[in-house]
Parts: sequence; C-alpha cells; structure tokens
Amino acid sequence: MQVTRDFSHYVREAGEGVQHIDLAVEGVHCAGCMAKIERGLSAIPDVTLARVNLTDRRVALEWKAGTLDPGRFIDRLEELGYKAYPFETESAEVAEVAESRFLLRCLGVAAFATMNVMMLSIPVWSGNVSDMLPEQRDFFHWLSALIALPAAAYAGQPFFRSAWRALSAKTTNMDVPISIGVILALGMSVVETFHHAEHAYFDAAIMLLTFLLVGRFLDQNMRRRTRAVAGNLAALKAETAAKFVGPDEISQVPVAAINPGDIVLLRPGERCAVDGTVIEGRSEIDQSLITGETLYVTAEQGTAVYAGSMNISGTLRVRVSAASEATLLAEITRLLDNALQARSRYMRLADRASRLYAPVVHATALLTILGWVIAGAAWHDAIVTGVAVLIITCPCALGLAIPTVQTIASGAMFKSGVLLNSGDAIERLAEADHVIFDKTGTLTLPDLEVMNAASIPADIFELAGRLALSSHHPVAAAVAQAAGAKSPVVGAIEEAGQGVRATVDGVELRLGRPSFCGAEALIGSTIVDPEASIVAFSRGSDRFVLSVRQGLRPDAQAVIAALKARNVGIEILSGDREPAVKAAAKALEIPEWRAGVTPADKIARIEQLKQRGAKVLMVGDGMNDAPSLAAAHVSMSPISAAHLSQATADLVFLGRPLAPVVAAIDASRKALHLMRQNLWLAIGYNVLAVPVAISGVVTPLIAAAAMSGSSILVMLNSLRARTSSREIV
Amino acid sequence: MEILVILVPLALMLGGAGLVAFLWSLRSGQYDDLDGAAWRAIADDEPPQEAPAKR
Repeated sequence: MQVTRDFSHYVREAGEGVQHIDLAVEGVHCAGCMAKIERGLSAIPDVTLARVNLTDRRVALEWKAGTLDPGRFIDRLEELGYKAYPFETESAEVAEVAESRFLLRCLGVAAFATMNVMMLSIPVWSGNVSDMLPEQRDFFHWLSALIALPAAAYAGQPFFRSAWRALSAKTTNMDVPISIGVILALGMSVVETFHHAEHAYFDAAIMLLTFLLVGRFLDQNMRRRTRAVAGNLAALKAETAAKFVGPDEISQVPVAAINPGDIVLLRPGERCAVDGTVIEGRSEIDQSLITGETLYVTAEQGTAVYAGSMNISGTLRVRVSAASEATLLAEITRLLDNALQARSRYMRLADRASRLYAPVVHATALLTILGWVIAGAAWHDAIVTGVAVLIITCPCALGLAIPTVQTIASGAMFKSGVLLNSGDAIERLAEADHVIFDKTGTLTLPDLEVMNAASIPADIFELAGRLALSSHHPVAAAVAQAAGAKSPVVGAIEEAGQGVRATVDGVELRLGRPSFCGAEALIGSTIVDPEASIVAFSRGSDRFVLSVRQGLRPDAQAVIAALKARNVGIEILSGDREPAVKAAAKALEIPEWRAGVTPADKIARIEQLKQRGAKVLMVGDGMNDAPSLAAAHVSMSPISAAHLSQATADLVFLGRPLAPVVAAIDASRKALHLMRQNLWLAIGYNVLAVPVAISGVVTPLIAAAAMSGSSILVMLNSLRARTSSREIV
Repeated sequence: MEILVILVPLALMLGGAGLVAFLWSLRSGQYDDLDGAAWRAIADDEPPQEAPAKR
C-alpha cells in the first residue's frame, strides 16, 4: 500500500512563483535554536526565506514554486531535532493581528503628538510666569492645536468607535467618559485659544489618549498571543488521517480536508482524528478520552468511533460521518450548548469599575458647573472648571489598572506552563474555592506506565523492551519506553492479537498475552490491580508478568496537599469504574469522590455546589468533561485533552506534572490582588485631585503631572505580578 | 525670537521623521517577533556564505 503525505492544504501562493507555508515548531526557545533552524532550512536549495518567529514558535518558509515538497522541511527539522507541524492561520487570529497593529499605529501617532505638544506647552507654562508675549502664547497654542486635533482624530478612533457602539446600543462603557473628556478638552482649548486665554489643554487630552492606548494595546496583545498559542496547539496535535485516495493508495491528509463519506485507515497505536463508523476490521479501542472509562472496548463492523479514541490491536477502516450523526457526541454537544447558554455573562472587574465610575464623574462635573454659577461665577469660567474636572478625572490610571496586570500575569503563567484561553480567566480563577478533578487523563497521565518494573531483573526488562519495539500495540509501546529500548530485536514476528516473538541465540522470546507466553499461572499470584493491563514475557522457560496502567501524575499527591493547604475544597468526579476511582482517591487522600458519573451528573453536581455559593474550578480532559468545563465558574484542561474540552476550558496546562494547576491559582490570586490595589490607587488619586479641580485652580501643568504620575504608579505596581511566587508545592 | 520661525518647524519635522520611521518599521513587520528580535541582537553573525577573498 502506497502512503503519501499531502500538505497542499497548507501551502499558499506568495506571488510570482513563490510558495509559502507556516510551520508550528515544538521546542524552540532560544537564539541557538533560531540560528540552527534558519541555517538548516536555508541550506536547502531553492528556499528563498526561512524565518523563525520566537514569540509565536513558528517558522515561515518560502521557496520557488513547484521545486520542493513541504514534507521535506518537516523532515529536515526532524533531523535538526525539532518536531514541526503544518499550520493554518485562522481568520480570528488574522483579525487579532490586524487590530493589534492598528492600535500600535494609533499609539505611535498619539505618542508623537504628545511629545511635540509638550515641547510647545512647556515654553507656555514657563512663559506664563515670566515674560511671554500674548501673541507668542497664541502662536504656540495654535501650533499645538494643529498637531493635537488631527492626531486625536486618528488615535482616538478605537475609543470613539467603541463609545459610539455603546451609545447606539443605549448602554455605557469606559469609552464613553473617555471620549466625552477628550472631545470636551479639545473643544474647550480651541475656544480658549480664540479668546487669547492663558491655558489650553491640548497636551492633557493627547497625553490621556497615549496612556490609554498603552493599556488598550497591552490588552489586545494578550488576546493576540492567546490566539497564536491556541493556533499552535491545534497544529501540534497534528490532526491528520490516512485517507483512501484509491483502492490501494492512502494519503496522510489534514483533518480539515476530510469530508463525511470518506474512508480512513486506522492502524494500531493510532489515535482516531474523525468521527465515524467501522466498516471493516476488528480491534479493541481505548475510549478513555471520550468517556473516562479505562477498559478497552471491542470495535467491529458497525461500531461508532469518536475522534480521540485510540486504536489498540487491529487495523480498522472507518467511514467518516458528520459530527451530529454520532449519538454520544450529539448528547454531549446538547449538554455543552445548554451549559454555555446558562453561563451567566461574568461581569469583569473593569466593567464593574467603569459602571460605577462614569455616572459619578459626570455628576461631579455637572455639579461643579452649577455650583460655580450659583456662587456667582460667569458661565464661561464655570464651564472651564467643569471641563477641568472631567480632564483630571479621566480614567487614565483606571484604564491601565487591569490590562497591565493581566499582561504581566499571563506572561508569568505562560512561563510556568499555563496558557489562557480567555482574558477574564485570571479574575475567575482567583475566586475559585472548590476544585473538581476528573480522574482519567487529569489526575492520571494519559500514557501507560509499567507499574512493577522494579521487581523484574534489569536485563530481562531491557530485552522485553527491545522486543516490544516491533509491535504497534500501545501497551508494548509503554514497555519499550519504560525499558528505554532503542534497537529492536532482529527477526521479530508480530502475531495479531497475540503478541510478538523472536528467536535470539537459539532461545525463543515472547511478549504478549499471558496465554501466548504460557504465563497464565503467574497472574493470580503477582497481580492484584483490577485496572492494569497484563502483558507477559517469556525467555525460554522463564516467565515474567508486567502490569501496565495509567499512573498518577508524578506530583499529584503534593499538588493535592498544596491545594488543601490553600483551603480549597477538592473532589473527584469520574466516568470510570468504582475500584479504579477509589484507588486513586485513596492514594491522593481525597475523601470526596464519585465514580461512574455521566456528563449530566457532573453538571448537576456543579449546579448543586453553585447553589451553596461555591466557585468551582473544574479540571478535566475527556470529551465527557466538556459540558461541565463550560458549566463551572472556571475550568482547566491538560494539553492532552480532547479537542472539544480544550476549546471549552479557560486555561490549558502543559507537560506531565499537575503543578501548573496550583501555580495558576497562586498567580491569579496575586494578580487579582494587584488589580484591586491598582483600582484603589486610581481612586485615591481622584480623591486627591478632584477637590483641586473643583476649586478651579487646576492648570494644564498640574493636570499633566497628576495624570502621568498616577499612570506610572499603576504601571510600576503591576510589574510586581511578574515576581513568581515561592516554590509551588 | 525670529529664530522660532526656523526652530519650531525644524523640531516638528524631526518629530515627524521619527513618526514616519516608526510607521515604516511597523509596516515592515519589525514588531511581529519581539522575543526573537531581542535574541537576534546578541546572536553571532552568520558565517560568511562564500569564502572571503580579501584578508
């Protein structure tokens, strides 16, 4: 059977006979990797561009059209020691990048204008207290207007648009007071300049925009980065399937290019990437990623298989079906939709703050104007004072208080192996006080481990591992990995559904089912674990039994203890059988656990906890966890999770340890603390500045100093989110 | 004070040149990979592709 790789789905034309492909690359983290990859790829003839993006962990490649097969780049990277996957940029990510660039452009314009207007304002401020002529002052003011007005019209767009959207929807947001403040400040300054006044606020208005754009850009950048990481994750999962393109020819194609009705080949040891029905073959499949059940299920003609199932023993042909046809998936999708709808829209801290802020500020400005008029001031002077109140209260520090902390905290989390799927995840995670763990794949590792390796002589174990290399069976793969085997035994023969055998130096070696190795007698005496898969090994007349199962994550015990120390409630809800869950709960000292739980039951339990006022963090990986991940206050998934679950979870953690869960909780609590502190700083600043503004003695100099001072204070305070907390566990 | 007529436009032109340079650098993708750019600055230069003839 001929196998080809088809990457045409990912290649795009970059004009004039040049083709372009983006690859997501695993393990690029330093300058050395960058240089190595770029040199290695540039050495291939006809490659016109090879550039690594270290931020996004990607490589962009261009070559003369038709001269090279993209598969060659992946092979070359493999030789260099990096795993690479073709990558398709999602439209959502393209939009985020464009928005990010637009904000940066606005920021550049606003910063340019601020610096130049400030250059003109300082002579006016110093001239006002010395010997400046009124004509000179007017000249400087008009020049300031010439710079500030067009700059504000351009750089203010993000705020004006958002404020307009809010107003047309008859609501208000943070951008409404910002827009009103900026427009009034500029308008008043023009009028004042006409009247040859001493003060104009062009500098304050444009400086305000600059600071706010910094916050806006940081916020957007975090979102862009999240998208990029999510895109890489999708690519790193390498979702391809072996599709039949002829009666005897298969091609490895990306899942996106597979349609219902296609027939794909599923070999032993492969994870199924599509939903469908078996039309030929017989095998056992591991559905633990879908149901949490660790026992294998028999698959034969007519059996429905779901994306994420692992094929164990035989080769299957699967006819791809549309997602909704599969009954189990339909049920999970229905529950998920319900949970997503029920999820009350969380009020972000920033929204709550602005909801309080806008009415208070506008009322204060209005009262100031009325107060001065009643006190006998001229309307003109009263309005000037009122606008000064608006300028000085403009939410400069408030606009920076949250995005700066979020950006820095998400960077710190990224370093400890946690990725954020949503911006407000940090706030919600910080509030969590009850953790529900799924067992299979979450508390345990998704890959199999040999439990009794220590009780077997090392040379025997190594021999078993080398023999195991000749089999595709996942249990054999686990044995080979545990033994650290590198060179396969020569002349090994695999007997389907039984095991592998080979003859070395006249002695027969066998690895496989106990009956295949004549080791049935040993099982009862050595293995008591109900969950383990048993694999036997024989050398001549010596017999050994290996017990293979999913082990707990290496640091699971320590993490559970650390969570208890943080006063967090813990329980296990698993779809697996009772003995398996009981054993895990006992090992981890978790008194609260339930086994055999359906997706609907999990949601019911979460609702019950919600009623009691608990904020639930759900940690799960299976497809059956997806609805409860959506129903919980906040949710986390390991990187090995099912596609649907990973997309639903608020945070995704990498690697084998469970420690990122605690690290994320710690980092988010600290971040929330800093956000609140920043808000208080911003409020404290207003409490000091507003009385000065109301009393009408604010000059543009005071406004500029107060605004930049408070913004810088808030930014510096946010930097504290970077200092990683002490050892997690 | 007549010098202002020259100095003020000059200052604005310099600032404007800075803005244009910034917009150009943004457009040519120099802000796309800030982490990588930080490393590239200290990375060793690539070895010469062709043997240098002069010494």
